[in-house]
Amino acid sequence: MNSLKSHQVAETEPKVWYKAAKIHDFPMDGGACVKYKGLQIAVFNFNTGKEWYACQNLCPHKMQMILSRGLTGSQGDEPKVACPYHKKTFSLKSGVCLNDEIEAISTFPVKVDDDYVYIGFSQ
Amino acid sequence: MTRIIVVGNGMVGYKFCEKLRKDFDASQVALTVYGEEPRPAYDRVHLSSYFSGSTAEDLLMAPRTWYEDNDIELRTSELVTEIDRKNKKITTHKGSEESYDYLVLATGSSAFVPPIKGVEKDGVFVYRTIEDLNQILSYGKNLKEAAVLGGGLLGLEAAKALLDMNLNPYVVEFADRLMPRQLDDSGSDILKMKLESLGIQILTGKATQDIAGNGKLEGLSFADGSQLDVEMLVISAGIRPRDELAKSSGLATHERGGVLVNDGMQTNDPSIFAIGEVACHRDMIYGLVAPGYEMAEVVINQILGDKTQSFKGFDMSTKLKLIGVDVGSFGNPFGNNETTKPLIYKNDQEGIYRRLNITPDGKYITGGILVGDADDYNILHQMVQNKIKIPGSPGSLLVRSNGSDEGASLGIESLPDEAVICSCENISKGDVSNLVKADESCSLDDIKSNTKACTGCGGCTPMVNDIMKMTLKSMGKTVKNTVCEHFDFSRQELYDLIKINGIKSFQELVHAHGTGHGCEICKPLTASLLASIYNEPAIVHDTIQDTNDRFLANIQRGGTYSVIPRIPGGEITADKLLVIAQVAKKYELYTKITGGQRIDLLGARLDQLPPIWEELIAAGFESGHAYAKSLRTVKSCVGSVWCRYGVQDSVSFAIRVEDRYKGLRSPHKIKGAVSGCIRECAEAQSKDFGIIATEKGWNLYVCGNGGSRPQHALLLANDVDTETCIKLIDRFLMYYIKTAAPLTRTATWLNKLDGGLDYLKEVVVNDSLGIAEKLELEMQGLIDNYECEWKRAIEDPELRKKFAHFVNSDEQDSGISFMDMRGQKVPTAW
Repeated sequence: MNSLKSHQVAETEPKVWYKAAKIHDFPMDGGACVKYKGLQIAVFNFNTGKEWYACQNLCPHKMQMILSRGLTGSQGDEPKVACPYHKKTFSLKSGVCLNDEIEAISTFPVKVDDDYVYIGFSQ
Repeated sequence: MTRIIVVGNGMVGYKFCEKLRKDFDASQVALTVYGEEPRPAYDRVHLSSYFSGSTAEDLLMAPRTWYEDNDIELRTSELVTEIDRKNKKITTHKGSEESYDYLVLATGSSAFVPPIKGVEKDGVFVYRTIEDLNQILSYGKNLKEAAVLGGGLLGLEAAKALLDMNLNPYVVEFADRLMPRQLDDSGSDILKMKLESLGIQILTGKATQDIAGNGKLEGLSFADGSQLDVEMLVISAGIRPRDELAKSSGLATHERGGVLVNDGMQTNDPSIFAIGEVACHRDMIYGLVAPGYEMAEVVINQILGDKTQSFKGFDMSTKLKLIGVDVGSFGNPFGNNETTKPLIYKNDQEGIYRRLNITPDGKYITGGILVGDADDYNILHQMVQNKIKIPGSPGSLLVRSNGSDEGASLGIESLPDEAVICSCENISKGDVSNLVKADESCSLDDIKSNTKACTGCGGCTPMVNDIMKMTLKSMGKTVKNTVCEHFDFSRQELYDLIKINGIKSFQELVHAHGTGHGCEICKPLTASLLASIYNEPAIVHDTIQDTNDRFLANIQRGGTYSVIPRIPGGEITADKLLVIAQVAKKYELYTKITGGQRIDLLGARLDQLPPIWEELIAAGFESGHAYAKSLRTVKSCVGSVWCRYGVQDSVSFAIRVEDRYKGLRSPHKIKGAVSGCIRECAEAQSKDFGIIATEKGWNLYVCGNGGSRPQHALLLANDVDTETCIKLIDRFLMYYIKTAAPLTRTATWLNKLDGGLDYLKEVVVNDSLGIAEKLELEMQGLIDNYECEWKRAIEDPELRKKFAHFVNSDEQDSGISFMDMRGQKVPTAW
């Protein structure tokens, strides 16, 4: 389940832009889960679909596929998601855990084009 | 470098070390401590908590490592047997020797055992050390009746310990009243009444003459010819200073015990000091820790400081909670007939006694006694200590201030900065307020760790908290319980904002009254408020709900959810049971009976929830709201329909009440119960609202709670008819929903409510605020708006779509896995 770590994407342009689903398929100001190859990716939007983030669906605290069902929010200017199980919160920009010393999660770039949401992967 | 030896590692001996190391490190002072007990100093004041679950470790003042970290040589299980004053040297029972520049005697005291015939018999114990407690615990294991000799502070503590051991305790006191040093006859009467109602029998005016039994205690006989059959006796009849070492070394001691000291706590040997219960200062032995702590400070100043501090006697005021009964005694509790006049309030009904001794001009209090309710102790004590003029008429002090307007005139604002707030650690009001002024972000915890205030007896915590708030307020800071970084409002204020402005969504609220994108605290809170105000189904605001409310089910390990259909009052037909069984079988769910008389179906995948509910709803089930901060169940016994003892139909009433409040969103979960008779089989007194049938109607109890801190519900109204009972619950629940902090159960809410149950009764039963009708109307509005949210969810295709695991695939979550346990499936461990 930890294989997601290898998908850490730097600022470089991703090799693959995966066309995930229509904007309308995602809940506004919330999250949903996208399947890409064998992976589960949590995708969130803020400001009624104007701001998008993606990260691994796996919460590293108890290894549960759950983050897409977490509550989103902000800490200062940092967008974040809180795991439903034990409220561990992670930055959706850096992936860093904001309220515990847990390893960071992987994040992925997101773009919106012609009503569709795309997630960037390195392979 | 100065070499100091402390003889005795009790609370005061320990405090000496702590205070000394605060200002002097090992390069300045070499410090050795001898203790004869096997473990380091422990908290003797809270000894009785050993019987209610605390361990010896919990009671330690500081662990062994603390002594190491502070370069203090701690030698436990080692008794100092000799002081060679000429050569400034001590010898221990192990024969080792050590020399000193200064010696501090903190040997404390032992329990005083009166010379009664038979005290040597088995089953007679003293109450002093952890070893004593271990012996009492093992001897008393299978006994029934036990007595405590001594009705003073410690004796009553010991009685509580026996009560905790499930024994029937008797307290035998020689004087005509309990706590003779702190209470007068009337105060003692009230305390006696309260303790007896808790199961402790009190015998006053009893001179114990003989301890009967053949080798083993069997009973006590008294001077008046009466007898008491008990199997164990715990002696707690006072203390005797441990001055034998001082005596044998030729130091001056008092004829009734105690090492004589001057105002600098110095013995007649200028290199030797005595502190704590072994010291006799101006004919007084102090059996409390606070004066001992002050003595320790005086000695440090005398040895290492400028010698300006001296001990000037100590205020013996005390406040304590004895087995749940508040007792306070302060200043001169008994007054003086020539110079003061007592003002007395005595309420036998509620067990409250208040005595205040007032100067003839009516301006000052010189002391007093509080039994049953000592909430005003701190402020009244401070008024005595600081000679503060009574605001208004003295009579107004007889009624407890409510913390609100009236309390303000009695408030901490009137105290001078020098007023000592924490007498254990000698912390003044100024110490606390200066700390807050220096750093306005400091919290109560910061104040505690900085000053050590509140860390001793803890009695000053409310005052320290008030001073912190007051200081912040004086600096122009408003102190509010704001919900999180996104809103500068309390839950109650957000409730009003939403209601007054007709706000319908979180986005609307955060844009108008908050900042940022919200968080996992304010989003579900807003969802709960929207639900409490409009009673819309949770699913309408799904993305601001915690996962349970978002998916209308309880998340479990492994990412699956559990399903609990409502079974009102716990009554269910065989046909409906069959439906539950068929659903469980079809979807391979783990089944378990809950504590609330219903059935839990666990292990459903997200995508299985709508089809499961479709089948349940078709069979007539509704959502059980087990996932929500909402009404859970109203438990019932079978009641008068079946039960030969029942006096009312508890099942019908439970079903009616559960149907009435189902789906009602609230600050936390709500549980109810209805019992058909006084036997209380439905355990109604452990619920947020509990109804117990009487011959004439119903008794309504409120604010009970199970969970980690169980609390019994309290009687709100008795012998009311069915309709009145429902009206009262309407008002009570609505008032709670409108005023409680987030995630606060009714029990905690009541504990924090100014005026407590009396105030709640005024509002709910007597309608003192004139809001009863409004509360009833609002409740009716919510009830009329009820709909089963699962019904809505399965009927609306858009809502139903939300239960798919992936947005871009119909596949199921492959991460879910189960194993077998006792023939059912359970999630694999995480």
